[in-house]
Amino acid sequence: MAIKKAFDTFAGPLAKSNPITTQVLGICSALAVTVKMDTALVMSAALIFVLVGSNTIVSALRNLIPSRVRIIVMLTIIATLVICIDQILKAFLFDISKQLSIFVGLIITNCIVLGRAEAFALKNTIGESALDGLGNGIGYGLILLLVAAARELLGSGTMLGIQIVPRFLYVDQGGWYVNNGFMLLAPGAFIILGLLVWVQRTITGYTEE
Amino acid sequence: MEQVVHLLSLAVETIFIKNILLAYFLGMCSFLAISKKVETSIGLGLAVVFVNGITVPVNWMITNYLLDKGALQWTGIAGMEQVDLGFLTFIVFIATIAAMVQLVEMILDKVSPTLYQSLGIFLPLIAVNCAILGSSLFMVEREYDLVEATVFGTSAGIGFFLAIVTLATMRYKLKYSDVPEGLRGLGIAMLLTGLISMAYMSFSGINL
Repeated sequence: MAIKKAFDTFAGPLAKSNPITTQVLGICSALAVTVKMDTALVMSAALIFVLVGSNTIVSALRNLIPSRVRIIVMLTIIATLVICIDQILKAFLFDISKQLSIFVGLIITNCIVLGRAEAFALKNTIGESALDGLGNGIGYGLILLLVAAARELLGSGTMLGIQIVPRFLYVDQGGWYVNNGFMLLAPGAFIILGLLVWVQRTITGYTEE
Repeated sequence: MEQVVHLLSLAVETIFIKNILLAYFLGMCSFLAISKKVETSIGLGLAVVFVNGITVPVNWMITNYLLDKGALQWTGIAGMEQVDLGFLTFIVFIATIAAMVQLVEMILDKVSPTLYQSLGIFLPLIAVNCAILGSSLFMVEREYDLVEATVFGTSAGIGFFLAIVTLATMRYKLKYSDVPEGLRGLGIAMLLTGLISMAYMSFSGINL
């Protein structure tokens, strides 16, 4: 029984109550870092780290935090974790951290982190909160990777930097194919995510209003 | 004169071409949540213009007189030119924003109770709006001076205001249309935002 509950906590956010497409949290970064798959991967890893960390810490301190100042306490915990991950990225993955520019810092105001801390970690045990953080982090990462895969494949013809569309099909090689540059621009991101939400909600049968 | 033209082109660029919401995706959460009604979206938009216009210059001063490498030299204490507190940027910025929101709330309550009533619930929400933190971080990354930072902060807010009011009016019209079930709510809002964003991209030819 306990195992089933733990599994639900972990697997729920992967599809059914996905943080981006169902809970409508953390959309800013989901759009901004998805031009290429490698930035999306690093961003998801950073968010999973922060989310598991903040959920665990907030849950461990849940009986000590006075409810009137809980927002500022949680923001401090989250900001500290984000500073750690930012320094790590600058030290080991400098190029990608330059491309992510301000979006690593914006994990602080990413609604998923604060939202899960407030809605789940404040009321549940440490183990469950860590699992919830991991599930939501991976659910976020899945959507990010799907959007990034679509945008990189259609916009640059590559995946993770590897050429997928055969070279000889391109116009400059005597073929007929042209990359869809629109996908690399902002509107492309909005439209891909909108369509993805449609697909996900049709499958899970979730409707608003 | 040159300075004025420069600032004007910075403002136009920030409002239309590099719109904080439609080109950089900042502030999407509140953008989607609050854009269901036109009146409330105007309230939130005004609050963002207000708070952003104040926090960006304040954060500029904090960066340049406290956090940057050698920024503490004005204290006259020996060895201060070596001190670099840059790693504290995030935590200090978020604290400033929270404090400024609180301050603005108190001043508004005292000076103009009607405006305070209409902005009411949106002011606290702004503390966790990524558009506000994002503008401050962009200000650091693009190395603006104090005047530029003020213009940038205000016009980023105006850009957000325009975008959210546009979407709110479109969603109002949408009430009478038959949207496929899975697309209702978030899905159709994203597609609409894509279209608005495309329209704003046509401004990119403007060069002052």
